[in-house]
Amino acid sequence: MHAGIIFLLVIIGSILFHIFTPWYWTDIASNWKGMDDTITLTFWVGGGVFVAVCLFMIYCVFRYQHKEGRRAEYKPEDKKLEKILTWATTLGVAALLAPGLIIWNQYVNVPKNAIEVDVMAWQWGWQYRLPGKDGKLGTTQVRNIADNNPFGINPDDPFGKDDIMVESDVINLENNRPVKILLRSVDVLHNWYVPQFRAKMDAVPGTVTFYWFEPNKVGEYEVLCAEYCGVGHYAMRGGVEVQDKADYEAWLAEQETFEQLSARYEKLNVDGNKLAKK
Amino acid sequence: MSDEYDNNKSYQAQSSEVMDGSTGSVNPDIDYVRPSEVGEQELYHPHSFIEKWVFCQDAKVIGVQYFLTAVFTGVVGLILSWLMRLQLGFPELAGFMTAEHYYQFVTMHGMIMVVYFLTALFLGGFGNYLIPLMVGARDMVFPYVNMLSFWMFFVAVAVLMASFFVPGGPTGAGWTLYPPQTILEGTPGAGMGILLMLISLSLFVIGFTMGGLNYMITILQARTRGMTLMRMPLTVWGIFTATVLAMLAFPALLVSAIMMTLDKVLQTSFFMPTILKAGEVLEYGGGSPILFQHLFWFFGHPEVYIVALPAFGIVSDLISVHARKNIFGYRMMVWAIVGIGALSFFVWAHHMYVSGMNPWFGFFFATTTLIIAVPTAMKVYNWILTLWRGNIRINVVMLWCLGFIVTFVNGGITGIFLGNVSVDVPLSDTYFVIAHFHMVMGIAPLMVIMGAVYHWFPLVAGKMLDEGLGKWHFWITFLGAYSIYFPMHYLGFIGVPRRYFEMYDSPYMTSAVGMNEFISIAAFIVGAAQFILIFNIIKTLKTGKKAEQNPWKANSLEWYTSTVPPEHGNFGDRLPVVHRWPYDFSVPGAKEDYIPQTTAPSEVIHTEVEKT
Repeated sequence: MHAGIIFLLVIIGSILFHIFTPWYWTDIASNWKGMDDTITLTFWVGGGVFVAVCLFMIYCVFRYQHKEGRRAEYKPEDKKLEKILTWATTLGVAALLAPGLIIWNQYVNVPKNAIEVDVMAWQWGWQYRLPGKDGKLGTTQVRNIADNNPFGINPDDPFGKDDIMVESDVINLENNRPVKILLRSVDVLHNWYVPQFRAKMDAVPGTVTFYWFEPNKVGEYEVLCAEYCGVGHYAMRGGVEVQDKADYEAWLAEQETFEQLSARYEKLNVDGNKLAKK
Repeated sequence: MSDEYDNNKSYQAQSSEVMDGSTGSVNPDIDYVRPSEVGEQELYHPHSFIEKWVFCQDAKVIGVQYFLTAVFTGVVGLILSWLMRLQLGFPELAGFMTAEHYYQFVTMHGMIMVVYFLTALFLGGFGNYLIPLMVGARDMVFPYVNMLSFWMFFVAVAVLMASFFVPGGPTGAGWTLYPPQTILEGTPGAGMGILLMLISLSLFVIGFTMGGLNYMITILQARTRGMTLMRMPLTVWGIFTATVLAMLAFPALLVSAIMMTLDKVLQTSFFMPTILKAGEVLEYGGGSPILFQHLFWFFGHPEVYIVALPAFGIVSDLISVHARKNIFGYRMMVWAIVGIGALSFFVWAHHMYVSGMNPWFGFFFATTTLIIAVPTAMKVYNWILTLWRGNIRINVVMLWCLGFIVTFVNGGITGIFLGNVSVDVPLSDTYFVIAHFHMVMGIAPLMVIMGAVYHWFPLVAGKMLDEGLGKWHFWITFLGAYSIYFPMHYLGFIGVPRRYFEMYDSPYMTSAVGMNEFISIAAFIVGAAQFILIFNIIKTLKTGKKAEQNPWKANSLEWYTSTVPPEHGNFGDRLPVVHRWPYDFSVPGAKEDYIPQTTAPSEVIHTEVEKT
């Protein structure tokens, strides 16, 4: 078979695969539809260039196949053509870059009304903390971390007392309310990633990173770790439950504050000591 | 000056009539070539078997040594990829494999393929063999250092392979070796394995620096008479620029390897913040894991082009020779290579959009990254415009070139997705990334390597590889590799993360199981098909057709040596004198459809040559 025909079939196959693929992105459940749209745009422009270049190549393979005695054209340069191609490419690239940067600008600017969620990662699991009534998270330090203080909240920090401790690897979020995810890690790199929300960012020990999104579909989602973190990486899962306002507030009311948690441990300690004395 | 190459006299004869003194215009002698400014180097000829084949100073032998050692590491990398694909496609058959094993295989596969296979093969292998021949030199300028370079590389490979056999096994930190996990318990091979990896990388950099000095200085200082920079084959331009990149980029790798070794051995905290592990706070504090990522990618991104630029150069030459047409837009091609090389130092953090670095970097690095797409696209256009109105031989070499164009354009386009910062957010750390970089810097350069092997084998071995076997080799490899990586992008769209030992209990990912089985089967077949080449080489060496001199009717100097295969010293008594660029194919008025670089203008007086 002629080589050109096989190459042509490869290109046609690629297009058909793209049209009929059952493998495509999960239904989006956040505000980042712009990312999907930019991907689609890039697909059209980039895919168009790919198909055009390959078809031109295949045309040349058919049309200019070697014949004894025929001579190729001798034309070392064509400044005009090269100039046109350079500018057309530059324009195309700029057209793709612009939406990318615009959306990145939204991504790095967190809306003022976003609720903060402190996500703490370790090998291999997740834990969450929400600000209490004062709307502020208490400061933390890795060295403070203990059973009665899983986030290492500074005990002297008044903002920390009412912080809400979610003792679960599942966090509940309120539908249609922007969330600022604050990421921390106590050991190695991790990445709190929900494919349906599209967004992600590494958790880096020694610093706090962030990103934001606005969930817009009630439901349960799986959290995956998206940054390699050692042998347990693939098993480091968590969950998100997006709820309507009423359900969310009911859930929130059930959660323990840092103060309550400390008190519970103190009581445990006292009881434990009593037991020991007996 | 050695006795063998005493041709000073002929130089002097020509240099006596240089300029027309009164007007300053060039002497009407159209064949005039400036005399050489320095005498010829003295070569050390081997005196024993060991000096000839083991500790050899001939760049061609060193090139073959580099090539074979790199191919050995490549075969190891290939087997590791089979084991990974077995786990991903058919975990029930891979019961012997634990997560530790899997991550060790992933890590070693990545590091071997990028550094020890591709880099060593292109620069150490093709660079050594082709640079002196193509620029018209008798050897590299520092043959002894060149020999040391190979043996340093050999020791680096030995140390790397030794890490398979130490307690705890090789490192399983991922080829990017991100701290803190790289040197902490919880990552396989965090003891001896990672130390050997860091030592091996350091040795590699030292050895590579010795070789790189040779490539650069030979190209700058040892070109033959008439071989101006703008008459060099693009292969040499590609290897030259890649070497400059390597000399600037590898120090960053060396520095990060040294710092990480100190963090591991002396508990310094270059990259280590306060860490809580198993309830204990470790003896670290204040270091920055992101600093390592900056250093690593300051090396790592130019590294991509260290592999890609030689491939660009080589494929340009192959396409031009086999399309019987000059490379289109030679000057644009040269400036694109140099421009891409320079830009490659300003894009490194596009690997780190979601690393937690200051998010404002994203704007800068997305812009620089997409700018690089422009010269890269120009190269692609010029390749296909070289085919246009050519007289294309559809032989095995050309097939590999066509395969390169398809896979490179495909991988380049997906690079525009990943470089475009906010598009990268959903796709980064997924299978989309794996598909992208395998297509663009795995399969595409491999296509060029294969094309180059079929193209230059007659020069190296004096025999023609079997075309029939070559076609089987090409089609299985191309179609197989394409069906591995093209569908893999779609796993990335689903959101399947990379570096997962197993995962498909997530509801929306169950559909990936079938595709993974398909990809694994394709990977087994493509891997096995590479043994067709090995069989072809053995068969050809035994019974193959003897190659005539210059079987492809090419113009560049390597085909005009005194013997085939070329002997030590390459060009016999007299070095060739160059009169034109290497792309004078199908020149109107010429008798043949090619004019060698050594042909003087007076010999082809009726041709309409535009570019010399």
